[in-house]
Amino acid sequence: MRPSRLSVWLALLILAAVVAAVLLGESVFDSRQWTQAFADPASGPGEVLWQVRAPRVFTALMVGAALGLAGAVMQGLLRNPLADPGVLGVSAVAALGAAGAIVLGAAAVPGAVEVSALAGAGLAGGLLILFSARVRAPEALILFGVAVSSFAGAATALIFNLSPSPIATAEIMSWLLGSVQNRSWIDVAWITPAVLVSAVLAALAAPGLRMLSLGEETARTSGLPMARLRLLALLAAALATGAAVAVAGVIGFVGLAAPHLVRSAVRGDPGRLLAPSALAGALILIVADLLARVTPTDQELKLGVFTALVGAPLFALIAWRAAREWRL
Amino acid sequence: MSVLALIGATASLGGRTVLDAVDFPVAAGELVAVVGPNGAGKSSAIRALAGLLPLSGGHARLEGEDVAALSPRRRAERAAYLPQERRIAWNLPAIEVAALGAPLLAAAEGRTRARSALEEVEAGHLADRGVAEMSGGERARVLLARALAADARALLVDEPIAGLDPDAQLMVLERLQARARSGQAVLVSLHDLALAARFADRVVVLDRARVVADAAPLEALSPDVMAGVFGLSARWTDGPEGPLLAAGRRQLAG
Repeated sequence: MRPSRLSVWLALLILAAVVAAVLLGESVFDSRQWTQAFADPASGPGEVLWQVRAPRVFTALMVGAALGLAGAVMQGLLRNPLADPGVLGVSAVAALGAAGAIVLGAAAVPGAVEVSALAGAGLAGGLLILFSARVRAPEALILFGVAVSSFAGAATALIFNLSPSPIATAEIMSWLLGSVQNRSWIDVAWITPAVLVSAVLAALAAPGLRMLSLGEETARTSGLPMARLRLLALLAAALATGAAVAVAGVIGFVGLAAPHLVRSAVRGDPGRLLAPSALAGALILIVADLLARVTPTDQELKLGVFTALVGAPLFALIAWRAAREWRL
Repeated sequence: MSVLALIGATASLGGRTVLDAVDFPVAAGELVAVVGPNGAGKSSAIRALAGLLPLSGGHARLEGEDVAALSPRRRAERAAYLPQERRIAWNLPAIEVAALGAPLLAAAEGRTRARSALEEVEAGHLADRGVAEMSGGERARVLLARALAADARALLVDEPIAGLDPDAQLMVLERLQARARSGQAVLVSLHDLALAARFADRVVVLDRARVVADAAPLEALSPDVMAGVFGLSARWTDGPEGPLLAAGRRQLAG
């Protein structure tokens, strides 16, 4: 299928998912309430529709798009179908930044947790850029990412361990589980420009990602300015991941699954994969959040928990397939 | 002026010297085979000219300029590099892989160039097939097409016939020879000495990071060199298609 046609199909599916996610929920409206919701946004049903469900759905859409884009960029950059924003440690350092802000009592300051998460992602991105400038082997970058991720995880655990306030601990925990519950239009306004900038950076880096399919040495002798393209790709991935983590906490496996779902439709081309992967990520997260919302449990399922439960077996399946290919 | 030149090139990797004051040029229209035992420095010589191996001394020059001083674009215009590694990360169609040889051209022009390069290596019928669904030999042809599609002034080709069947080996070397005849400078590393002698205009023999011979094939691969470098007791005879090599392992004294 042509990538543009695939993107149109995904956009239509997203539209359908958005409509379903806005219509369905705990409060069930009759036709009169629906009319009221559309006619008078300040009414009760209007509040539910426009101030609760719609921003939540659009936050899920943008977070999913950010993670799908970041996953596609990282997989292209590392030539590895198992790469994911979590693998390179960007999510973990962003989470550490947010946890630090919460425990220091900055959660009451509007935007402080988000800025700290973004700063964490920027720090991780900077470390990765410095490392990749010196060591070009993608396997080494993955190992470095695993080390960064482990260290950030340990530091977050230390914050838990030493946190004097059980409230802060609960807050960090809730945030680490990942959710788009109670998000507002401000969150949507936060993440949208970051996703758009990431998309532009990723699009500029696309020829480099495509060339990297043939390996590091071929790419370096191809005539393309690989150092610049690699930097753009890393910036795109770090910004998209940082923005997603800043707004929704840690949501794993979307960056892994989204590129995987659309890769065969673009015949493997890492450049043409970017837009469909972002759209697939948006679709996955809207649907996952809807399912998490309507699953009848006493406590609402956290989105990050839900995606991890579905995503971890998928990770194992992709790893199994990849290992078989590598053996050939 | 030679298109490719190593001048006193010295380099080391992980503390081991891989090039030790290596000198040899490759002129336009010339096919030069670089041969030697494993670890002699063949790939290092090619990688130095591709700008992938930094030198600690001497020069690696493309058309008279140090490769390290050239922009990526100018480097690619002067030399196309085909590494030994044949892994392709994703299941791209052959035509897309070949088109990566000319990434700076407009998409349509790049595809035209790619299609003609695939035809050149007798892989036109594979154009739309994914590389993961190909045999190793087919993938090697597609990757060679990628290097040919670059249409650079020089070709740096590292072990292009390793793992190929005899027919494909001959096809690859015939194509490289044809490219040399059409004016490109071609440097190819080979393990097969008989094919090197048959196809190359000149053979450079490397041993332990040094050039031990650089001459016309049969002169470079003299019985002394064959014995001293490869440990072979060898004799060249005339065959219908070129020189034939009769070789056996030397009996070591004691």
